[in-house]
Amino acid sequence: MSESASAEQSRFVLQTVGFDARFPNTNQTRNCFQNYTDYFRCITAKGEDFAPCKQFKKAYHSLCPNEWIAKWDEQRENGTFPASLEP
Amino acid sequence: MALFISNFNSIFNDAAEPWQLGFQDTAAPGFTGLVTLHNTIGFYLIVISFAVFWVIFSIAYYYNSNNHPIALKYLTHGTVIELIWTISPAFILIAIAFPSFRLLYLMDEVISPTLTIKVVGHQWYWSYEYSDFVTDQGESIDFDSYMIPESDLELGQFRLLDVDNKLIIPVDCHIRLIVTGADVIHSYAVPSLGLKLDCVPGRLNQVSFLAERPGTFYGQCSEICGVWHGFMPIVVEAVSSPDFLVWIDSASQ
Repeated sequence: MSESASAEQSRFVLQTVGFDARFPNTNQTRNCFQNYTDYFRCITAKGEDFAPCKQFKKAYHSLCPNEWIAKWDEQRENGTFPASLEP
Repeated sequence: MALFISNFNSIFNDAAEPWQLGFQDTAAPGFTGLVTLHNTIGFYLIVISFAVFWVIFSIAYYYNSNNHPIALKYLTHGTVIELIWTISPAFILIAIAFPSFRLLYLMDEVISPTLTIKVVGHQWYWSYEYSDFVTDQGESIDFDSYMIPESDLELGQFRLLDVDNKLIIPVDCHIRLIVTGADVIHSYAVPSLGLKLDCVPGRLNQVSFLAERPGTFYGQCSEICGVWHGFMPIVVEAVSSPDFLVWIDSASQ
């Protein structure tokens, strides 16, 4: 059962963001925030379809609580996001 | 060792039991290390305690004022014994510090994780987010985990420990937990997996662990977080990776 099930599971891959030497400590708050801002800087510079930007998006989705992402998205829309998103 | 024991069809102790004094059975290398360190230090602690108490009682017995009326005049100073009982405890402390720091830094290491799960503590429940995957609607997989109230318990479930939605993890995979709090400080603790990490609002803490065997592991919130602090238990269910993919598939629909 499990073999056939795993075969049809191919749309899910057990993979996540790796270790980041900039954030070696238990505190990962900055890791999440950095990837979030990097993503929006990246798409401002290169456009939303630029494939390497996707890595930042994957990373911040894996690291940031959904509530935080929602709050920051809202702040970006209102122009109150507390960091520059210019590349 | 765990596999050796399981050949005898024994049941692992993965939940707290009434009046429990010892550890629960280990399911993760980190916790095995903790138990070994505890037992090793405990052995030397007993040896040292016996030595110290033997010296104290024998001095009090042999050199009291009845047996030795003038001992107080001569037993006032001894440079050699002072040096011995100052330097040898220092070496003992160093001998304890080395394995203990080694274990601390080993457990801090996040070794190429397979899966990141976000854990958010709320007053008074846990919520889990599996954002490495997205649902068919393009949203992340997340759910809340509430304690099952006593009136809804089914036969075989643990009172104050079982929850409606367990945290499902694949066995033998390095898993990274990102924990935080939504309102006040909580603490995410699962003894069998060697987990205990504060969930601080506005901060993300990470911890890595690996479940060595399939099973259901129970824990409780370990930071006083309000009136229902005792009623937000944690249940982690480790399953094989193919089964995990089946579950994540069903959870994403």
